[in-house]
Amino acid sequence: MYDFLVNLVGNNIVAFFIAAALPLFLFILPYALLAVLAERKVSAHMQDRLGPMRTGYHGILQTVADILKLIQKEDLRASSTDKSLFNFAPYLVFMGSFAAFAVLPFSSFFIGSSIDVGLFYFLAISSLVVAGILMGGWSSNNKYSLLGAMRSVSQIISYEIPTAVVVLTMVMITGSLNLHTISDQQTAFFWNWNILGGTLPGIAKFLLIPLMLGAFIIIFISTLAEVNRTPFDIPEAESELVAGFFTEYSGMRFAMFFLAEYANMLAVSFLITILFFGGYHSPLGYLGNTLGVEWLVPIEQFFWFASKGLIFVLIQMWLRWTLPRLRVDQLMTVCWKYLIPYSIAILLLVGLVTLI
Amino acid sequence: MKQYFKNTFDALYTVLVGMRITFKHLFVPSVTIQYPEVKPQMPERARNRLFVNMDDCIGCDQCSRACPVNCITIETVKATPDDSPGETSQGKKKALWVTKFDIDIAKCCFCSLCVYPCPTECINMTKVYEFSEFERDNLIYNFATLTMDEVTDKQKKFEEFTAQKEAEKLAAAKAKAEKAKQDAAKKDDKPESKPE
Repeated sequence: MYDFLVNLVGNNIVAFFIAAALPLFLFILPYALLAVLAERKVSAHMQDRLGPMRTGYHGILQTVADILKLIQKEDLRASSTDKSLFNFAPYLVFMGSFAAFAVLPFSSFFIGSSIDVGLFYFLAISSLVVAGILMGGWSSNNKYSLLGAMRSVSQIISYEIPTAVVVLTMVMITGSLNLHTISDQQTAFFWNWNILGGTLPGIAKFLLIPLMLGAFIIIFISTLAEVNRTPFDIPEAESELVAGFFTEYSGMRFAMFFLAEYANMLAVSFLITILFFGGYHSPLGYLGNTLGVEWLVPIEQFFWFASKGLIFVLIQMWLRWTLPRLRVDQLMTVCWKYLIPYSIAILLLVGLVTLI
Repeated sequence: MKQYFKNTFDALYTVLVGMRITFKHLFVPSVTIQYPEVKPQMPERARNRLFVNMDDCIGCDQCSRACPVNCITIETVKATPDDSPGETSQGKKKALWVTKFDIDIAKCCFCSLCVYPCPTECINMTKVYEFSEFERDNLIYNFATLTMDEVTDKQKKFEEFTAQKEAEKLAAAKAKAEKAKQDAAKKDDKPESKPE
């Protein structure tokens, strides 16, 4: 993609900026707008309501109107906040969640950066969000903000352990940290996906299936907790802490936290897709290859990648409107007493299976 | 250890049960309605805005007296024989011109107590519930059908009529007095003529 852009505009720096901005403006921002709407509609229908119905046909333009409203709002800041940290925190959160998209292979043609430490980079950069949240909570000088931020930090740091262990398991199987390589290993048909044992030969593949299923469930739960979604939304528990770490924020800064949350949801969904569900690869082969139309293949790949990711986002929403919030002690119990032992057991068993 | 695995299984299983329920509800028709376009069905005996059918009102003031919050104000003028207000739909003769029939709906407590005493069943509760206003004065409903000119006209007529009646009465009294006087005079005369 980058080379293509360099050829197109004939300038390295311009091509670089276009390549960096394309996924943001073409995909992630429209996605965030649609996801907020989808969340509201899904929640409404799950509760036998209708949700937004006034703006546009069945409320399609509701989030656009909301964003316009948030842009117009005054940028309020309480007098006793730590000004510089307070102003910088939303940007940091936004940056952390959007920078994670740099290493995700949207298709074989379009990868922001195909670096060999992709998974490592992903985990590291999405942890930047924690710093932003703590910054925002601390600088707000508000008890609810600080409580929310501290809960958030303890939660994200705890749940990073099972995530990291499962990622380690996947690295053991695939032998690569490069997300593009991991995706390409699961090419062709859906039985090559890692959730179904990947491309391991013989009996090992079948032994791997239950382990992969467990690993998938663990990483799904732990990433759900990492993006602060219900049932793990104690950092912004609206019935306890007003709005958690962004209580004091208004207008566009609030919107940035909001967008970052949805971008984070998508990023972890993409990570699960790449690790377990074949990344951008089609489950049933490509129409472009069958018809001999080469340029259609990347578009199909993008379609499969986006739809797999969005399905996981929808499952996250579905869970949100199904489950009540966990208590803080329950949250820690789930992580330390259940997810971590299971993930370590899976790590060891997968190690044994790969020896066969 | 057994409990540990049971907990794990329970957690996953109950989550799936909950997810199944929410998924089912995704396809249940919504219970909410789109209010201004679709209106809720009112109960048969719903009590909302008051309405007075002035054709039937005889100005008896019973609703006003029944009202616990005094939101009904009625003023009447007696009708003169030559200018009758007509009859109600049930054939009852009206004797009063209702010059003022104001209901302050802002005060109204929708108790429906004014409806029961009405002898001609002309005041009743309708099913209209959307009558908010920007000005509080607009919530005072004037039901009287007479214009200001007509009201002064009726008052004048009544005054003239009473004045006339008074005059007649006075005249009658005078005549009576005169007659009595004459009679007395005649009586006085009689004994004089008796000796004749």
